[in-house]
Amino acid sequence: MNKMTFKSFRYTALAVAAAASLALTSCGAYDESRNAAAPTPAYAAPASALTIDETWAKAIDGGMTSAFGTVRNSTGEDIIIVGASTPAAKTAELHEVIAGADGGMKMQPKEGGFVVPANGEIVLEPGNDHIMMMGLVKPVQAGDEISLTLELSTGDTLDFTAVVKDFSGANEDYGDLADDEGMDHGTDTPAGSPTHAK
Amino acid sequence: MTQQPKTSTAPASEPPKKRGVPRRNLLFGGAAASLGALAGAATLLPGGKDQGELPPSSMAIHGSQTVPFYGARQAGISTDAQSHANFVALELNPDLPADRIKALLKLLTDDAARLTQGRGALADTEVELAASPARLTVTFGFGPRLVELVNPAQKPAWLKPLPAFSVDKLRPEFNDGDLLLQICSDDPVSVAHAQRMLLKDARSFASVKWVQQGFRRAHGTENPGTTMRNLFGQVDGTANPQPDTGWHEDVVWGREEIAPWLENGTSLVIRRIEMNLDTWDELDRPGRDASVGRRMDNGAPLTGTNEHDEPDFEALNSSGFPVIEDFAHMRRARPENPVERIFRRGYNYDGQPAAGDISGSGLIFASYQADVQKQFTPIQKRLDELDMLNMWTVPTGSAVFAIPPGCAEGGFIGEQLFT
Repeated sequence: MNKMTFKSFRYTALAVAAAASLALTSCGAYDESRNAAAPTPAYAAPASALTIDETWAKAIDGGMTSAFGTVRNSTGEDIIIVGASTPAAKTAELHEVIAGADGGMKMQPKEGGFVVPANGEIVLEPGNDHIMMMGLVKPVQAGDEISLTLELSTGDTLDFTAVVKDFSGANEDYGDLADDEGMDHGTDTPAGSPTHAK
Repeated sequence: MTQQPKTSTAPASEPPKKRGVPRRNLLFGGAAASLGALAGAATLLPGGKDQGELPPSSMAIHGSQTVPFYGARQAGISTDAQSHANFVALELNPDLPADRIKALLKLLTDDAARLTQGRGALADTEVELAASPARLTVTFGFGPRLVELVNPAQKPAWLKPLPAFSVDKLRPEFNDGDLLLQICSDDPVSVAHAQRMLLKDARSFASVKWVQQGFRRAHGTENPGTTMRNLFGQVDGTANPQPDTGWHEDVVWGREEIAPWLENGTSLVIRRIEMNLDTWDELDRPGRDASVGRRMDNGAPLTGTNEHDEPDFEALNSSGFPVIEDFAHMRRARPENPVERIFRRGYNYDGQPAAGDISGSGLIFASYQADVQKQFTPIQKRLDELDMLNMWTVPTGSAVFAIPPGCAEGGFIGEQLFT
């Protein structure tokens, strides 16, 4: 099982527990019977509204990094992701990548958040919409697992874990944003953090 | 000479230990179903069929065929050998702590689980290349150092370099390694993509020590189950314990006298055998037949007619000499002790010729057995002492790996070492 589901705040704790069974996490489920049968979901999801899977984040020594995944909406109503947070960073924002005035690609906070269409999905991926984590509290190394929470227009939250991968892409220019308040999180931001740009 | 019927090492009273991994449990894509049925029928014939006796294959698109990744045992061993294999040995970074090795194994397990099922890995930048796995398998092996770093108490006595043999001319760039990735598929693009993805995820933990690329006949060129020929043209592997036999079960996965290091684990010895095709060319067909004790044309023992005929090591020719010579490879390789059996899953290689040469060919000799010292080493010692084939072959690389069990979804390869 590598997706998790949530319905409301009530399920948040459960979702955190379920996050432990994300693809790359602990090994406790191994069946000693030697007959490795079809995997049994460790977590029976409530009627799912929004799910996220294929979640990962880019390894980096410090500063800021991005998280990605595929978000699916199984309801008949659009759901908007309005915010994000993580204990791994001071702040997390929802970013889009747009063509800058100089022809290069720039990232910026996405106005109004990410709309996950009714019975549809959005893909958060390098070069496109993604979750930006700024002011990392420590380096994120390949193989680490980062907990994140998405805040939704419904008032619910969606917790998930992103495994950290060594990744050479996702180098979009921060452009002017690097100097904006939105990207510069005060004097205690680790030195050199917003130098992602090429 | 003791004669060993093909399955004599499996006691009749002891049924094959079925440990729950359906070894030929391929999931076929819709259009490939007819091929699957055919392949299954051909390969399930007990003991294999002689050259030319198998039913004709049919053309079908086979890229969607998959081999299950999760299971008690790792795939890629008792799996019918795919057409292409890359063996990649990694060297762990200095002072890599056990928890980082664990993180590495989790990442690589997840990559392998996805790629073998035709899905892109997480963060796969060429996800389209993953769509046609063509029976892709990724099999992990642990060198001595990895086990020592994680759980030295679990290290089997045989997990170390083989003893030096007089025939060896080993080159460090093909020896040893801390972590082996054996990547096999019927499609070389699938192998290349899987290797690229695995190495991208390994590069912050380890460096590449060596890569050996091997091939067999392409998928569909010959009937499934046909014994491979090496680049000497020899039918190579007739006496191999075929998967789905009790004999194979014992040899690879162990029994009482030859217990595996971990249940559902085994070992892999990789020997890079340089084959001198130029001096082999100087040998005419009778000499070639005599070197192994088998006929070049169909692999039959010189005392028989068909490939799978049992050799008669006692038979003498009209001059009173053994028909199968004392120096013949087949005679030297056959054990008196039935424990000394191995399962080979080798691949040809054909590399860059040395300056002035026209071939750089050989065999990636991949041998699986529950216990290296009890099964592999005695055979190699006999061949080192006397084997006509030593005239044309030179071992240039040697590595020993412990193969851990498979894992269930949610687990990772090697998890037993971290308990």
